[in-house]
Amino acid sequence: MKIVKINEDNCIYCHLCEVACIVEHSQSKDIIKAFKKEERPIARCSVEFNYPLSLSIMCRHCDDAPCMEACQNGAMHRDERGYVTVDSNKCVGCWMCVMACPYGVIKRDTRREVWGLSTKCDACPDRKIPACVEACPNNALTFEEI
Amino acid sequence: MKWMKNLKTYTPPAFTVIRDNDRCIRCKACVEQCSFDATFYDEEEDKVWNWDSNCVSCNRCAAICPTEAITIEKRDYSYRRNYSWESHIDGLKKRAIFGGTPVVSMGNDKPYKIYWDHMLLNASQVTNPSIDPLREPMELKTFLGKKPHSISVENVSLKTKLSPQLELDVPIMFAAMSYGALSYNVVEALGRAAKEMGTFYNSGEGGLNKDHYKFKGNIIVQVASGRFGVHKPYLDVGSAIEIKIGQGAKPGIGGHLPGEKVTETISETRMMPQGSDAISPAPHHDVYSIEDLRQLIYALKEATEYTKPIIVKIAAVHNVAAIASGITRAGADIICIDGFKGGTGASPQVIRDNVGLPIELALAVVDERLRSEGIRQDISIIASGGIRNSMDVVKAIALGADAVYIGTAALLAIGCTMCQQCHTGRCAWGITTQDPHLSKRVNPDIASERLINLLKVWSLEIKETMGAMGINSIESLRGNRLNLRGIDLSDRELEILGILPAGE
Repeated sequence: MKIVKINEDNCIYCHLCEVACIVEHSQSKDIIKAFKKEERPIARCSVEFNYPLSLSIMCRHCDDAPCMEACQNGAMHRDERGYVTVDSNKCVGCWMCVMACPYGVIKRDTRREVWGLSTKCDACPDRKIPACVEACPNNALTFEEI
Repeated sequence: MKWMKNLKTYTPPAFTVIRDNDRCIRCKACVEQCSFDATFYDEEEDKVWNWDSNCVSCNRCAAICPTEAITIEKRDYSYRRNYSWESHIDGLKKRAIFGGTPVVSMGNDKPYKIYWDHMLLNASQVTNPSIDPLREPMELKTFLGKKPHSISVENVSLKTKLSPQLELDVPIMFAAMSYGALSYNVVEALGRAAKEMGTFYNSGEGGLNKDHYKFKGNIIVQVASGRFGVHKPYLDVGSAIEIKIGQGAKPGIGGHLPGEKVTETISETRMMPQGSDAISPAPHHDVYSIEDLRQLIYALKEATEYTKPIIVKIAAVHNVAAIASGITRAGADIICIDGFKGGTGASPQVIRDNVGLPIELALAVVDERLRSEGIRQDISIIASGGIRNSMDVVKAIALGADAVYIGTAALLAIGCTMCQQCHTGRCAWGITTQDPHLSKRVNPDIASERLINLLKVWSLEIKETMGAMGINSIESLRGNRLNLRGIDLSDRELEILGILPAGE
């Protein structure tokens, strides 16, 4: 299974991974429409900064995922590709996964339809390489086999 | 607005940042990337603003913007037109306001004649065959160093003892750019590219970080008038030792490293206090004559047990041919001549813009002088300062150079946009900065790959043009001025360059 590897030495704090993530998870997948017209999804990666260090962090798809343990009704599950994803039909928005995640990468969705449900990195099921990795201008994110 | 402009320090902004509001998605990538405080975000207004006077047109914001919302334009000159004054008004005002001479970086940017663009190359037609470098072997290997006048052979082996030589797979080396002027990652990238391509990176006068000793075999170490970071292990790492007498961008003065860039690691490498300006003396205080230079050359040879060639680097100045002859007689193995278009990390503007000679002319007269004195084989010539493309390399070699140094061209490959702010230490491209956050912007993996690509492409282009001329070895091109013709040049210029006019 491939996972997004974070190389903090190369992160230049441009936030383009977040931009790409938002675009990828938008309805139109058009950068200007996603930001200006549509209800904007939240970025599933977030760039942390503590001078001079910066890095983008997103779900690590842990082997022993604490979020899956914490989920009371099986919404948080491992999909057929091996990534930990959330089934929004089952999620009740109890946020136990948010509490359990050691990386703080599970967030509450802000879109009206799915408001308050858990949302997290889904490793871009429609793409070969996740959008954040492709957008990173300095190879701070790479998609590598583990 | 975050700032308010003040008449007391006002000079008109040189650039305007134009932002297409329909395209701007407020991602703030430009705000984070601007290292010159020219871009900021107002949360209340949800708007990205620009402070144009701070903009240096490094184009980092335009390059990072994911929606191409930003264009940077040169501001049109708004003073009343005045041919003789208009390019001097702001400079004069700055001197009057701040009471200091402006320090600038990169090479001379004035519109002096570029002789490379007035020379045309030859090609074979009918009477001699051209060569296809994709199908036939071509040789770019170059040896730099003193060559023997004659050789003697005994039992199928060479009896003559050869002087130490630098072996280059491509006749292009990375010019002296010090760790201090450049960030750690850029030095790393240059070193890796030099190793991969079988060429050399010149450490410049700032010493060499211990981490970069791993590039031994592909490093030229420099000994300049400041003697920063010079010690035995440093000399031992170098494949050659370069004595820097002068630099094309600032002939007659020593190196400048502004204190802003002297961080802890730089101070350690240079063996000087943190935060203090590193201003090298204008002359070497032990070199006041050719005889003194000979002593320094032999002191360095002695220190390294005669195993390394010694390079003497001088700026191209008026008597360059006579000086080069003296340097040859002083015992140098290689001479580097740096033209006035050569770059720098910091130089007073007056010097950069007004002192020195074009490398094309200097190279031609030096090669001619050394040949006429019968000492050309005693020394190899490196041309440097304003080599912009592979054809400049070909023309330089045809004019008599053995190899060339590229500095600015190498930095451009890494991302530099020639905004001339190296001396500020705020390089938005992470190249000439010591800020640990900014210098992350150069990823040595990407940068070294780009440098390797550049050298590979240039090599192929050199081979292609050599092939067109019917030459299969760079040795046959060296000093082969018959393959050059001048265009739009006066008789005197042609005479100095030693080439025929086009059509003759």
